[in-house]
Amino acid sequence: MIPRHLLIGIALMLAAALAMSAYVWRMRGRVAAVEPTADTRPLAPPVSGPMEPVTLYVADDETGSLHVQGASIPLPSDRQQRAEELLRALLGIYLDKASPHALPPASEVRAIYLVDPGLAVIDLNAVFADAHRSGVLQEELTVTSLIQTLAANIPGILRVKILVDGKERASLAGHADLSNFYDVAAVNGFVAQAQAAP
Amino acid sequence: MTSAVQIGPPRYALRAVPGYLPIVLILLVLPRHLPAGPAAEEKRLSVYAAAADYSLAVSERNGRDYVGLLELLEPLGPVSARSDGLHWRLRFKALEMEFIQAKSQAKVGRQEIDLGAPFVLENGRGLVPLTSLNPLLPHFVAGPLNFNEAARRLFLGNVGTHFTAQLSHGTPPRLVMNFTAPVNPTIATEPGRLRMVFHREPVVAPSTPTLTFNDTAIPSATFAESNGLAEITVTSSVSLMASFGNDGRTITISAVPQQTMAAQPKREAEQIPAATLPPSGTGPALPPAPGSTAVPATPAGQRGYFAVVDASHGGEDRGVALTGQLAEKDVTLAMARRLHLELEARGVPSLVLRDSDANLTLDQRATLANATHAALYIGLHAASDGSGVRLYTAMLPAGGDNNGPFVAWDAAQSRFVPLSVAAASGVASELERKQIPVRVLTAPLRPLNNITAAALAVELAPPPGSAPSQLNSPVYQQLIAATLANGVAAMRDKLGAPR
Repeated sequence: MIPRHLLIGIALMLAAALAMSAYVWRMRGRVAAVEPTADTRPLAPPVSGPMEPVTLYVADDETGSLHVQGASIPLPSDRQQRAEELLRALLGIYLDKASPHALPPASEVRAIYLVDPGLAVIDLNAVFADAHRSGVLQEELTVTSLIQTLAANIPGILRVKILVDGKERASLAGHADLSNFYDVAAVNGFVAQAQAAP
Repeated sequence: MTSAVQIGPPRYALRAVPGYLPIVLILLVLPRHLPAGPAAEEKRLSVYAAAADYSLAVSERNGRDYVGLLELLEPLGPVSARSDGLHWRLRFKALEMEFIQAKSQAKVGRQEIDLGAPFVLENGRGLVPLTSLNPLLPHFVAGPLNFNEAARRLFLGNVGTHFTAQLSHGTPPRLVMNFTAPVNPTIATEPGRLRMVFHREPVVAPSTPTLTFNDTAIPSATFAESNGLAEITVTSSVSLMASFGNDGRTITISAVPQQTMAAQPKREAEQIPAATLPPSGTGPALPPAPGSTAVPATPAGQRGYFAVVDASHGGEDRGVALTGQLAEKDVTLAMARRLHLELEARGVPSLVLRDSDANLTLDQRATLANATHAALYIGLHAASDGSGVRLYTAMLPAGGDNNGPFVAWDAAQSRFVPLSVAAASGVASELERKQIPVRVLTAPLRPLNNITAAALAVELAPPPGSAPSQLNSPVYQQLIAATLANGVAAMRDKLGAPR
């Protein structure tokens, strides 16, 4: 016959093991819930400024269109920095694993220059263009998403020029023309066409 | 005077230097600063097998040619390698091999093989001499093996593509070359000859390397192979052009008719006399860079083209990688040929702007298209995403304002946008009628904005619910080409006659 104190000891140990298992299971779920998704956004200096609502035009490969997405991001008072933060927020969406329009990892907007009257120059890093998926619509969605997001949130932008690594480039990845200036009104027309598409 | 000459040690030292020494020094130093000659061509080994055709870099060690064995075997089956000190062990399928750094003997299974030169192990990468492939490869590959070491072309199995060449003595004479498998060579013309270079195709030599035809216009064709490539050179006393048929199995070479010279790439067009430049018109037939391309006009009384069909990309520019094997440039070329035939069948005269694996710059494409004074330009593209067909008209850039009779090159399309939209709409209606998914969009896609006629780009996507490999399906391509041709033929009256 097993001594009573031994039975009690075994029962306590089993209860402790069960309690520990339940605790570990609960903690595991909580960690999975709070674990941030891998953020491959480039390192940027911290931005100070109040949170402001912005409108992002996000490309969607599934529908081949741009959809409007609201967001709230900290925006500095400087117009140029605001523009850079806007596109960084947009790129944050594209660099996420669940992105509807994936861009190459480490894609980055190096700088944006606002030149009056009405010109914005977007300087992308080389990876952005070198590893971008090729295709007329693929490339056009990327370019128009950048331009439309900028124009929708920074008043007064009429024309946009896109550089890669500070230099002019013939096209983004073999199709979308980067040698010319983009007319914001023409981009607007494309966005309307794309959104109207089935 | 004399005292001035003798003052100071430097002058004294200079006198001690022999007079010829500066010249010797200059001769020693000068070659380092002279511009280098053309870089030596990279050595390549081409491998043709049933599993894949591929090309590998050949490196030189101690005056001998070497190739990476792992890279050579990788496309042929499962292979792995590991290095252990001076030993390099490789496993291909179930066969084990062992090589030792700087040793000419290797163990393949239980057999000792003489490599003919020492094995080289560099950073874990095993290099074997090319001379060893003949004794080594029969252990890996079943079937016949044919290795032309001088030309660095390796045939594994019965994979060779044979060809025949037959000259029909007509006016003009035509040389018809039939191949046992589809080919897609790079074609270039030079004064007195047309060269076809086969980069990937296992084209093998005919019974005699030089074929003679007893004709003054096309007297002979010569087959040669070197550095992993095969080349057929057709000699001629007239300008030649090549056209493809029979799904790439037939190449017909004939004299260039005057009105098809525009289809030749720049290096050929540059040889066309300046007298053939088109007459100046109100539109910008040429890009801002002067004299980049010379193209013929369409003389009065000769056939005018209604449509110009432009297969995008080509040559080194492969476009979108639609699948591991299928490149956009190949789909667009096949589609261009089909569309051309379908248009001609409907009585719509058309010109294929790129009818070989050559590449044209966007300015050249626009220049050539504008010079034909056709009523419609159709640029062809392909993509793996989405389904059906996307039609694009030009999204004109900002700032390209036309000023009086002077038309900005980047906005040359502006006057023709309504026609382009009408053409796209007509073609879209025809596609919808055939229940092919279609979208009409604007796009910042050159050279649409440089074309002085109705211009649209067609992006072909896979059929609904199908894989991108279906873009290469002859049935699908034929359906789209026929539908596009129907759409163009229906719009013929609205777009007007060739200008």
